[in-house]
Amino acid sequence: MVNTVFGSLENYEKGSVDIIDGDPKHYCFSNVFEVASQSKPYERVAVGKNLKYVMEATRTEGTSPWYSASHDESALCMDGEVEVHYIKPEAAPVPESKEGAVKLAGEPAGKKMGWVKLRRGHQALLPKNAAYQFRAAHPGVVLIQTIQGDCTVERWGDICLK
Amino acid sequence: MSAPTTVREPMTKTALRAATDLGYKSFTAGKFTFERDEYFAHITFPGGRHIMAVDAFLRALMRDVAWGFFYGTVNFDNVFGTGNHYGTVERVAGLFNKAYKDANRHYVEKFQSKDLKATFEAMLDDWTNEGFDPFAAPEETGRPFGPKKGNNTAAVQRQRVVAQRMVGIKGDTPHRSDAAGFPVNRQFVDVPQDEPEIHAEPGFEGEVHAFNLYGYLSRSDVTWNPSVCAGVKDSLMCPTTEEYILPIIHGNDRVEWFIQASDEIIWDIDDKNTGAPVAKVTMKAGDVAAMPANIRHRGYSPKRSMLLVWENNDGRLPSMYAKQELKPYPVEF
Repeated sequence: MVNTVFGSLENYEKGSVDIIDGDPKHYCFSNVFEVASQSKPYERVAVGKNLKYVMEATRTEGTSPWYSASHDESALCMDGEVEVHYIKPEAAPVPESKEGAVKLAGEPAGKKMGWVKLRRGHQALLPKNAAYQFRAAHPGVVLIQTIQGDCTVERWGDICLK
Repeated sequence: MSAPTTVREPMTKTALRAATDLGYKSFTAGKFTFERDEYFAHITFPGGRHIMAVDAFLRALMRDVAWGFFYGTVNFDNVFGTGNHYGTVERVAGLFNKAYKDANRHYVEKFQSKDLKATFEAMLDDWTNEGFDPFAAPEETGRPFGPKKGNNTAAVQRQRVVAQRMVGIKGDTPHRSDAAGFPVNRQFVDVPQDEPEIHAEPGFEGEVHAFNLYGYLSRSDVTWNPSVCAGVKDSLMCPTTEEYILPIIHGNDRVEWFIQASDEIIWDIDDKNTGAPVAKVTMKAGDVAAMPANIRHRGYSPKRSMLLVWENNDGRLPSMYAKQELKPYPVEF
């Protein structure tokens, strides 16, 4: 009997770091479901950081602000169900020189590009220079692959094993 | 730099051991020699010899070939391996083993990557018998032992998947399906295969895009083979499915990250240079962990699992970490 185990906000089990020689903090060990369970909706909390690049764990619940970036990003739904709505703004909302997601003041003027509905395991492109908004009727978790920017929240001391 | 590598004719009896003619070719790469018998790969180098079970050797060789020597060090075991310098590659024996190093018994030889890769590809093809797939989990493949019996060229020449933007976008890496020869793996039959709803307005079909990554992974026919599925500049998400033991011990030349998408992997973490154990990391679904730039790691996956390997492909990093311009761990807190 096969039983593939995926975590969720309601049901996850965190692993461990057993140190023989060294510092557990060097492994920056966290769990996306635990992080999201302790986050406000649409806080973009870094759970991975590789110099300027980050992975952000995001609690999807209700409607998010509109975001945009000058580069592609991706969103992997790890729990729940979430819609991503896209608009092509009349002008690029974020200059090419700026990296990371930027929260827009509101819905930008532009062409509706469409939308996708993601469930667990589905990954969506968040294309460069598009504006996007998450909408979730129930709490869920999305992992965003992006570059560290204005919206990235870092609280490593709270989320990582020590 | 070593001279071009060569292939010798099928071995008969060698000074290493008495063997009948098993039909396998022997190989040289610089001053390294490689021979196989029914059970073992035999490696000689100036000042030493080494032996590995041939199934473990072929599984490690498969990854080294398929990954183009990967990032950093690919240790076949605690003695033998390769170190990637991106254009050139070092073939090492004992370089990352404290006892060998302290006794000055290590040996290192540098090659043009394309030359060594060509020799490895030829060795892999010749030494892999019909029915044995070095990329497959042991439960899903035949045995590699005995005299030479056919080959499995199609299996050992698989190309690593490298999506430019995201799997499934027009012109990029395609989806996997039954029709394409990728049935759902026996250990992922419970993974939902539904695709995301996509409602793209006309003209935006190439940008409003999503796919079922877990479904895609459930159809992977290989293990321990990170493949690029989504990229943000040099940030590469490289998911892979894991079962049994990582056939190599990967030594990092930069920080690498793991996100456990399903099930569980237990990692042995050792010092990159000496091989001394430093940690054991147990990762369960949803866990995220960094693999610092000064360690080597080997994973154990009791059930086939989904792992998102996350790499920074910036080519400047190995030198920056080697010169200690960057700390080996990713975050201070």
